[in-house]
Amino acid sequence: MRIVRAAVAGSLESSDALVKVAPNDELEVDIQSTVMGQYGDAITTVVNETLEKLGVTEGFVSVDDKGALDFAIRARVQGAVFRGSDEQPDWSRL
Amino acid sequence: MLFVPGSNASWLSTVHVYGADTVMFDLEDSVALREKDTARILVREALMSPIWKDVEVCVRVNAIDTPFFRPDLEAIVPAGVAIVRLPMVRDADMVRELDRVLTEIEEKCGREVGSTKCMAAVESASGVVNAVQIAKASSRMVAIALAAYDYMIDMHTVRGTAADESELFYARCAVLHAARVAGIPCYDVVYSDVNDEEGFLREIGIIKRLGFDGKSLVNPRQIEPLHNAYAPTEAEVDRAKRVIEAADKAEAEGLGVVSLDGKMVDAPIVASAYRTVRLAELSGTRR
Repeated sequence: MRIVRAAVAGSLESSDALVKVAPNDELEVDIQSTVMGQYGDAITTVVNETLEKLGVTEGFVSVDDKGALDFAIRARVQGAVFRGSDEQPDWSRL
Repeated sequence: MLFVPGSNASWLSTVHVYGADTVMFDLEDSVALREKDTARILVREALMSPIWKDVEVCVRVNAIDTPFFRPDLEAIVPAGVAIVRLPMVRDADMVRELDRVLTEIEEKCGREVGSTKCMAAVESASGVVNAVQIAKASSRMVAIALAAYDYMIDMHTVRGTAADESELFYARCAVLHAARVAGIPCYDVVYSDVNDEEGFLREIGIIKRLGFDGKSLVNPRQIEPLHNAYAPTEAEVDRAKRVIEAADKAEAEGLGVVSLDGKMVDAPIVASAYRTVRLAELSGTRR
């Protein structure tokens, strides 16, 4: 899935995450989290796995996590990527 | 049945702890137009999250005549939603159309056809008048609910301050009778003023007397008062257990007539006793 425009999904409320995407020549992922110390590795894994399932191989992805559970992080990454892409969701891949 | 806005990650992460009988993720009125797409994804991911695996979850999708209806179903049915609540149901054809789309999506994603259940929300004069046909429109139907806001507008009235809530009396009775004809539960309207516990309890008294099985709720604070009001008293549970014992004894002795304390107990009373005991198992006894 190709990111063709800047897009945002989510919020900075507690238990949520704000995810921004933008076109970029290579894949760059930046993750900030209020619980980075305890769950940083797990959050990184969730973000990377979600991007992989979506087939995102290039683009800038920024995640500002406020203690979101895995399902919410996955949803916000998907939301931002779909908004930044011209493709429709293929639920069978997710 | 507790409503939770489908766009709110915090609520979707925490509300399972409050003990609602059913939690309803909402994709309709509580979600702003610009968040319809991301709420749908959030609800889909929540449905697949282990935190919701032991809770009965229903999703209120957008109305059938909106562009969101089909995408909502395409996202949530493969994710395993148990019940879909269809709002603004005016006639049986709308339920049949929902059934048709669900079948199509179930076949496509490999889910057992018919495993996605439905409930219809009646919110208009047409819906109330057609309630029996709506309730019986599909074998997927597991409940019917009345929703007041649009119904009040349709009827050119407002939710008043009359203690008997007479503006809703006909609709409540019509939808409730439809549910009983179809053999499915019936849920009452929301009580949106969460700070008015006296009014909430008064309304529960009305709907319980009429025979409603429960109520749609907008705040976790409303769960405990509703459960408590529906819970039987200890005396009612004791009496119900004695009725069941008498019925079991009569059956074991081959007697056609059950009697307790010198009075005949007929089949509906025995059925009601089983319901009382079951309710006590689920909700405890009234405080």
